[in-house]
Amino acid sequence: MSPKPILELHHISKQYVMGEAILDALKEVNLSIRANEYVAFIGPSGSGKSTLMNIVGCLDKPSSGEYILNGTPVAQLDDNALAHIRNREIGFIFQNFNLLGRANALHNVMQPLIYRGVSFSERKQMATAALQSVGLGDRLQHLPNQLSGGQRQRVAIARALVGKPTILLADEPTGNLDSSTSRDVMAMFDALHRQGHTIIVVTHDQNIANHCQRVIRLMDGQIQSDTVSAAAAKTQDAASRV
Amino acid sequence: MYYLLESLRSAIQAIRAHALRSFLTMLGIIIGVMAVIAVVSLIQGFSNSITSEFNGLGVNSLTVHSYLPRKDRLAGKTAKVTTDDLLSIQHDVTGISGLSPILPVGRFYDPVKFHDHTTNSQVLGSTPNYAINNGSYPDSGRFITPNDDLHHRHVAVIGVTVIKKLHMPKDPIGQFIQISGQWFKIVGVLHPLGQILGFDQDNQVIIPYGTAHSLLGAAVIPDIVIQLKVNDIKHLDEVTARITQILRRNHHLKPGQDNDFKVQTPAQLLGNFTTVLNAITYILGGIVAIALLVGGIGIMNIMLVSVTERTREIGIYKSLGARRSDILLQFLIEAVIIALIGGVIGLLLGYGIGMLVAHLVPAFRSSFVPWWAVVLAFAFSAGVGVIFGITPAAKAAALDPIEALRYE
Repeated sequence: MSPKPILELHHISKQYVMGEAILDALKEVNLSIRANEYVAFIGPSGSGKSTLMNIVGCLDKPSSGEYILNGTPVAQLDDNALAHIRNREIGFIFQNFNLLGRANALHNVMQPLIYRGVSFSERKQMATAALQSVGLGDRLQHLPNQLSGGQRQRVAIARALVGKPTILLADEPTGNLDSSTSRDVMAMFDALHRQGHTIIVVTHDQNIANHCQRVIRLMDGQIQSDTVSAAAAKTQDAASRV
Repeated sequence: MYYLLESLRSAIQAIRAHALRSFLTMLGIIIGVMAVIAVVSLIQGFSNSITSEFNGLGVNSLTVHSYLPRKDRLAGKTAKVTTDDLLSIQHDVTGISGLSPILPVGRFYDPVKFHDHTTNSQVLGSTPNYAINNGSYPDSGRFITPNDDLHHRHVAVIGVTVIKKLHMPKDPIGQFIQISGQWFKIVGVLHPLGQILGFDQDNQVIIPYGTAHSLLGAAVIPDIVIQLKVNDIKHLDEVTARITQILRRNHHLKPGQDNDFKVQTPAQLLGNFTTVLNAITYILGGIVAIALLVGGIGIMNIMLVSVTERTREIGIYKSLGARRSDILLQFLIEAVIIALIGGVIGLLLGYGIGMLVAHLVPAFRSSFVPWWAVVLAFAFSAGVGVIFGITPAAKAAALDPIEALRYE
């Protein structure tokens, strides 16, 4: 038996109104992702992969269809509840890192915990641990502009991890990095997956997608293919057998 | 509480990140509060020094002067306190001392001549008691004597401003000045008393009462002011009633008709004075409130710019799980902090300016910042921060997370 899906999308559509024209970003997308899956959304720009990620991350709402996250239909939630989900369930990692420029690495990682009302000392402890886990234990007091691209992305990963979210959502995480740093970052995702995290990576790069066990190819707002690699299938079976 | 502390920390961080801009934003508030505190401290300090001066005159002093309501004056009525009134009080009222009349020569100021120089000074005719009643003693020479008054001598005691304006020698005693075409010999120089509200108390010439009378001519019955002291403070009300009775009789006032004079204690004079000072304080306070309003608009403008500039940052906060209220609070606190820091700086500068002016300008002898002015300055600053910070903060809170994250 495969585990219960942690997110389910039923007939999700998203339209953007551009003046007179209506643009279909997503058309009737059905998808379900289980815990500890390592998924890539791949497709050319305009394929709807970023829109899909924004909907999954509760940054955006679908025009129609139903999105169920951890058993909760998201459509019924108000602004504050969505903020709560972004805070607890989702860990975002962006292409351009999106770090707070005036705050050092430690405070960047502490930021999401503020919205949970975690006390300062506890926040500091959790953030330090998260930064140590991505190998930045000696860069706590550095500002983002004092860090290299790879280090910045690792700060962003630590920030996404610190709240122990259900899903890690990475939007072109290596888009702004050189190839060797990209490899390091992807190795980190691989390791996080082995530790049991559920990871969704949005990318246009097949090499990045190859790291993932399940590759969902999008084209013109629709899922073109959904393939699970043989190796991954084997692990899945092994996992379900345990 | 955590939110509050965190918002505070992040507000201070944001303010420090744009130190110059934050300072310029504060400037409106700084100047506004500075102006309030400086003005209030000077007026209050002034009021305090006046109060102590009036108290120095003694609570047992009484002043009698003519008084007509404005509508009666417009109706062409006149009122006078005369020498007859003075004599009546002298004969019929017991338990008083230091009785002295003051007779202004000319309406208020009269030309005084020395050689080629002319100046306008307050010329008063009075008696030796004037010095005691008003604390106006000569530094050199002597004051008016009873004999000067009795023989209508042409002598004068002058203030230091008169000496300066007429370019007289340092020691002018024995010199002659001309008042209303007659020559007066200077016999004394008064101790300087300084200015009150731009009124120079040293621009004064005092001549004997009798002499002032003859100067005006026999045909004129002048309106005088009478000063006196009540020997026992317990009899103040009785003496006031007795004087009122005598003057009503002298002025042929019918029962039910209003007095055409006033008998006042220093406390009552002080009351009038304080009323005027308070009115000035309120008017200036109002003007300054407008300055603060302008400062508030400055804050709103900068905060709106700041929200636009930090759109992406707001997007990040939202992606990390910040609620609308978190963002709202953060920007609101930032505005309030800017306003409050401005308020504190303004308060300190205003206090400094008040002390400086009190030190440099003799008319203001001290500065005093009452607690209500401090509270008001803070409340107003914080209020300005809230009122003008709420719009930008609401704008920031309402941003769509995706739009905000995409903002370049």
